[in-house]
Amino acid sequence: MTTPATGFFTDTSVCIGCKACEVACKQWNQLPADGDFFSGRSYDNTIHLEATTWRHVAFVERQARLSGQTTSRPFSWLLMSDVCKHCQRAGCLEACPTGAIVRTEFDTVYVQPDVCNGCGYCVVCCPFGVINRREDDGRAWKCTLCYDRQKDGVEPACAKACPTDSIAFGKLDDLREMAQARLQELHRRGVTEAWLYGMSERDQPGTEGLHAFFLLLDRPEAYNLPPDPIVPTKGVAGSWGVMALAAAGMAAAALAATHSRGGDRK
Amino acid sequence: MAECHPVGFRWVMEAKRRGATIIHVDPRFTRTSAVADIHVPIRPGSDIAFLGGLVNYIISNERWFRDYVVNYTNAAALVSEDYRDTEDLDGLFSGWDAEKGQYDPSSWQYRGVEVTPAAGHREMFSGEPRAERGAIVSAEQHDFTLTDPLCVFQIVKRHFSRYTPEVVQEACGVPPELFEKVARALCDNSGRDRTSAFCYAVGWTQHSVGVQYIRTAAIVQMLLGNIGRPGGGIMALRGHSSIQGSTDIPTLYNMLPGYLPMPKASYDTDLKKYLEYNESASGWWSEFPKYTVSLLKAWYGPAATSQNDWCYHYLPHISGDHSHMVTVAAMADAQVQGYFVMGENPAVGSMNCALQRKGLHNLKWLVVRDFAPTETAEFWRNAPEIVAGDVKPEQIGTEVFFFPCAAHTEKDGTFTNTQRLLQWHHKAVEPPGDCRSELHFIWHLGRRLKELYRSSSEQKDFPLRDLTWDYRSIGEIEEPDAEEVLAEISGYTLGDHKYLPGYKELKDDGSTVCGCWIYCGCYKDGVNQPARRKPASEQTWVAPEWGWAWPANRRLLYNRASADPDGKPWSERKKYVWWDPGERKWTGYDNPDFIVDRPPDYRPGPGAKGIDTLSGIDPFIMQAEGKAWMYDPNGLLDGPLPTHYEPEESVLKNPLYGQQCNPARMEWIRNDNPYHKAWGDPDYPFIATTYRLTEHHTAGGMSRWLPWLCELQPEMFIEVSPELAELRGLENGGWATVSTIRGEIEARVLVTGRMQPFVQQGRTLHTVGIPYHWSWIGRSTGDAANELTAFVADPNVSIEESKAFSVQVVAGRRAKKRRAAAQGPLVEREVSGPERDLAPVHEKPGGKHGLHAGKTEMTEES
Repeated sequence: MTTPATGFFTDTSVCIGCKACEVACKQWNQLPADGDFFSGRSYDNTIHLEATTWRHVAFVERQARLSGQTTSRPFSWLLMSDVCKHCQRAGCLEACPTGAIVRTEFDTVYVQPDVCNGCGYCVVCCPFGVINRREDDGRAWKCTLCYDRQKDGVEPACAKACPTDSIAFGKLDDLREMAQARLQELHRRGVTEAWLYGMSERDQPGTEGLHAFFLLLDRPEAYNLPPDPIVPTKGVAGSWGVMALAAAGMAAAALAATHSRGGDRK
Repeated sequence: MAECHPVGFRWVMEAKRRGATIIHVDPRFTRTSAVADIHVPIRPGSDIAFLGGLVNYIISNERWFRDYVVNYTNAAALVSEDYRDTEDLDGLFSGWDAEKGQYDPSSWQYRGVEVTPAAGHREMFSGEPRAERGAIVSAEQHDFTLTDPLCVFQIVKRHFSRYTPEVVQEACGVPPELFEKVARALCDNSGRDRTSAFCYAVGWTQHSVGVQYIRTAAIVQMLLGNIGRPGGGIMALRGHSSIQGSTDIPTLYNMLPGYLPMPKASYDTDLKKYLEYNESASGWWSEFPKYTVSLLKAWYGPAATSQNDWCYHYLPHISGDHSHMVTVAAMADAQVQGYFVMGENPAVGSMNCALQRKGLHNLKWLVVRDFAPTETAEFWRNAPEIVAGDVKPEQIGTEVFFFPCAAHTEKDGTFTNTQRLLQWHHKAVEPPGDCRSELHFIWHLGRRLKELYRSSSEQKDFPLRDLTWDYRSIGEIEEPDAEEVLAEISGYTLGDHKYLPGYKELKDDGSTVCGCWIYCGCYKDGVNQPARRKPASEQTWVAPEWGWAWPANRRLLYNRASADPDGKPWSERKKYVWWDPGERKWTGYDNPDFIVDRPPDYRPGPGAKGIDTLSGIDPFIMQAEGKAWMYDPNGLLDGPLPTHYEPEESVLKNPLYGQQCNPARMEWIRNDNPYHKAWGDPDYPFIATTYRLTEHHTAGGMSRWLPWLCELQPEMFIEVSPELAELRGLENGGWATVSTIRGEIEARVLVTGRMQPFVQQGRTLHTVGIPYHWSWIGRSTGDAANELTAFVADPNVSIEESKAFSVQVVAGRRAKKRRAAAQGPLVEREVSGPERDLAPVHEKPGGKHGLHAGKTEMTEES
């Protein structure tokens, strides 16, 4: 590793749902619009992360109050900008048979478009449903954590555009410190439901921790995030073990059969 | 604010991170509410009742800031004995002239003296303005104990005494506990150690009593001592970038740069009279002649001499109200020949769109400058009334010229924002094709006109002939040098062409040139001050070297009020500007907004004139007597104090007074602009309010073309509560038809808990939320909200009422593109029902083009 690991800390408690991140991302990365679709689901008309939507803002209307917020009826509106998590243990990367998906010098997960052959193995291996193939070119695409901007020492487009600094970009160690401080501050102010999603391996063993982690105000399902994501390849060693055992068992059985037959012959 | 000003809202979130309490009062639960500490849903159109409730709470609970109020506001001034309050007259003030249909404000005056208002309608005096006004209010006419029943404080106290928490509930639908929570939070965060700020956006102004909305907030802030102090104030968040700039260097018909009034044809007949009527005998407006003469020198150069009144007679002299809706009504009656529309889309964004388009039908020519042909440019091709067959394109004689325009990245210039900060933007790329900046268009148009009239010897052509118009042109496209324009606005001396450091250097002898006195100094030392970009880390927290704020690079206006009467900071925590007794001058973190060497204990003698009339405890230097006006003795057309009136079209009877609506409001009684019943109209039982979404920009001219924005909000929709959806059978994601007697539109339905009904006066009141971005052109289309709205306006500033009116909503797509402006009212019926006005107001005389307004004299061409 030549440079310290970088990532995002997305603090949803200050997100105002302006979608500047979505637009800045599409503009910088020259991603097409996904088409006009009125969803009827609050102000969310892009619905989820896609091959051509690398930042997505969720709008969660709840019939419940937030701690510390006074409203006339039990109601709150949770806003959250979602993104590729750049998992410490990245399912997509491990599933990629061509080596198109690599870990960069920033410890982020990057798809090399000139290597990707569009096999789609990565798509099913992402526990968050982030990566997907574009219909027009067949290749897999997702957030690059603005690898090109980082190479020039510039922060990613979404973090740059975020007016309230809900999206913080920086060195992972600094972000973790910042997140802890923010969490403590919110708890001190009585926002007891605030918690950190996926900040470390301890929090999320299935991914061994996220390089893009979140401060959330409700359980993960409310934001359409998995509560306990496990990278499928994480089970591979065990599977190989089981398979090896099974193979050994079968070999033993075959051997035994041969032996017994041989025995018969005798 | 988070919805429409997300970038400015960054600072609200920063304040929240540091512990500030964010209170959001809005009919809807918006992005702002999502992150606010307190959200207060309020019935659209009832804000004065809510704010008046705060005034009453502050006074009756003794939470007001006595030292501030007594010394820095007009609370102690005694008012004329002829004054009668709305308490006495069931919602009217004294002075209503039934014959003229407007107020005569003479009974509102301070006792024994007439003062010039710093802003507003200076011409309000009955008859011709008098030159002697603006005299200092002498000590005998004050009661500093604030107990005299006719002192301003007692009048304010009595006026708002009926705005109790119970009345707030009845008028606004806000429960008393919630109201009191807000009032307590506001009071707890005001005083010597703390300050609170109000932020409002254009929606607050869009009511038939909009000016008084903001006035009520001003009264609250004065009582709490929150003006002229860091962290205080009332922030007007403008509709889009540099609208503040286009008020300072106005695109308004009744203003010259720097808030100098446009001369009135009827009485500003020569420079002497114009100056006499507009300069104040006391306060900072006593400097008025210097600003006027310097402006005339900037415009007419060597032709302007003391012998010819500096070419004063070249200035246009207005003969009446030429505001937007007044002009469009005249246009619809074929009384206007030509129309320039630049960066605006009135066929979508302005009230009663079909009436706007009727105006366009009846022009001879129309010039539209925008990024792409907007509905305003294409009104003749496929507007709803044309699709419906009510208007035929071949019958429209208007010649339309469309000019593509440059984007802000393709031209140099400034933005002036809410806090009066000028920030320069540099051209990044040349504009493509035929796209050009406004500066380019206006300058070249002017050049060609000057060329046409170059050899004319006719008097009427002299203003064009003598106009100074000699900016440097740059590059192949001959773009005028924007920085040269800025330098002229900032000003310089004529003899040695030295750039002026500030407005105090301006002269009335023709030796200084200044295009806008409040901007004087923005090109100080020949340096483009708005282009300064020193990082925060390299300067003080006030950041005086980032851009340039008018006036005099002052970041906080009236900041003398940040110190106590003795000139000491109110508290260490809120220290900002103070008197240095050793140096004998005002000093502090910011440029003091005061006469720098005037000690706190200075009191003017009886013979004092001009600026010398300002005492050491008069922070509000633009006012004739240096005090903040809690009560307006002059300058407003609809009363000296804010009063709750219902919108033109309401669902409720006014719970406070017999007078239902603002008596001085502007109404257009025309067949193409019919109104609903005053309240309880059975055909239109729901409240409607219009607004913007973060994803789009105003009438859509800049955003409905961009796929990245269109996918975020792809279609016109309305927002309704689950309760209203059930009542009307509306399905989420389905269609609805919304109608008024003026028009009908279709929209998708978003059912959301962010909308909620109000239970008031024993009734359940439902609101339909209507974003106004869409119309028939662009990638993302839909019906325009303003097909529903009406011409009706605040009298003071002629701003429309679009934030509260009544509608009908039914499920399904049933609109037939009917428009009252094309085929008459959508429902033919008897016009009867409850009265909007008390008997004396009934007979308001009608003016031209159907206008009935409480300012007849000013709206009529003479």
